[in-house]
Amino acid sequence: MKFIRQFLIIILISFAGELLHAILPLPVPASIYGLLILLAGLQTKVIPLKAVDEAGGFLIEIMPMLFIPAGVGLMVSWGDLKPVLVPIIVTIVVTTVLVMGVSGRTAQFVLKKEEKKDE
Amino acid sequence: MSNMLHGSTFFCMAISLFGYEAGIFLRKKLKIGIFNPLLVSIIFVIIVLKVTGIDYDTYDKGANVLSYLLTPSTVCLAIPLYQQMNLLKKNLKAIIAGITTGVFASLAGVWVFSMLFHLKKQFYVTLLPKSITTAIGMGISEELGGIVTITVAAIVITGIIGNMFAEGICKLCKIEHPIAKGLAIGTASHAMGTAKAMEIGEIEGAMSSLSIAVAGLMTVVGASIFYHLY
Repeated sequence: MKFIRQFLIIILISFAGELLHAILPLPVPASIYGLLILLAGLQTKVIPLKAVDEAGGFLIEIMPMLFIPAGVGLMVSWGDLKPVLVPIIVTIVVTTVLVMGVSGRTAQFVLKKEEKKDE
Repeated sequence: MSNMLHGSTFFCMAISLFGYEAGIFLRKKLKIGIFNPLLVSIIFVIIVLKVTGIDYDTYDKGANVLSYLLTPSTVCLAIPLYQQMNLLKKNLKAIIAGITTGVFASLAGVWVFSMLFHLKKQFYVTLLPKSITTAIGMGISEELGGIVTITVAAIVITGIIGNMFAEGICKLCKIEHPIAKGLAIGTASHAMGTAKAMEIGEIEGAMSSLSIAVAGLMTVVGASIFYHLY
């Protein structure tokens, strides 16, 4: 029973996110609105952590699996992709490594500077 | 036999889950990063669909519950975020610095490579949102006149790379701090990378999910500026 109620809360928030997505003219997906709503709810204690944590934990655990259909979709876009495959793959691989490096090193630099200041 | 498979309600879901389990099994046995469960299941499903002649729409109907759960699952990323709220407040400067530079590096990287390869502007804008979550990325691509299916493909490939190599890239770049790791993974490879960050640790996972939302929103603004540069 607990599981059903937790799932209900999560689905209701997803629905609220969907509504915001339909109403507001921003390219922000329903899921991000929902994330912000749930975060605000938890932060203000309107939604206690206990009301969502088990169903939420399950959904987070299975998350990688949920991308299977999107990945299989490559099958469909293959025709469009093929002529520009090499430049696109090179761009994707290099920039992904670049972004990870730049963002991680910058954050780490600031973190270490702050830690030194605290000492 | 073939007809039965085409009409089956559960076949597509079964091969998806089986492919994923097989990926977990292979990774455990062989301990090689390339056997990423997500990648293994995607390849497995594509092969099975090709062999049985089932088209993508039929597959998508059967495996739809997976896509369906994606929004509620993303919503739940608020939970680790909430649990790490103190950490977030304490490290606000580093978080903003890391995500902002990452978003800029992504847009600038696509800009430089598009010029190097003499890509048409349409492909350039198609690739601009490649590091962010599919839902926001699709919106940006459409808005700027890109080819949405290729944007989705680019986002998925980026995510697979992030999911597979996040640990290696962090090691290579000497990114050791859990907060920095999470920020790097989420900013570079959205929710698919975040799934990996969740496995690495709670702090990494929380920071990574924070980065999806923030980097996504920053890219909305950044991409429209970079649009005019090409």
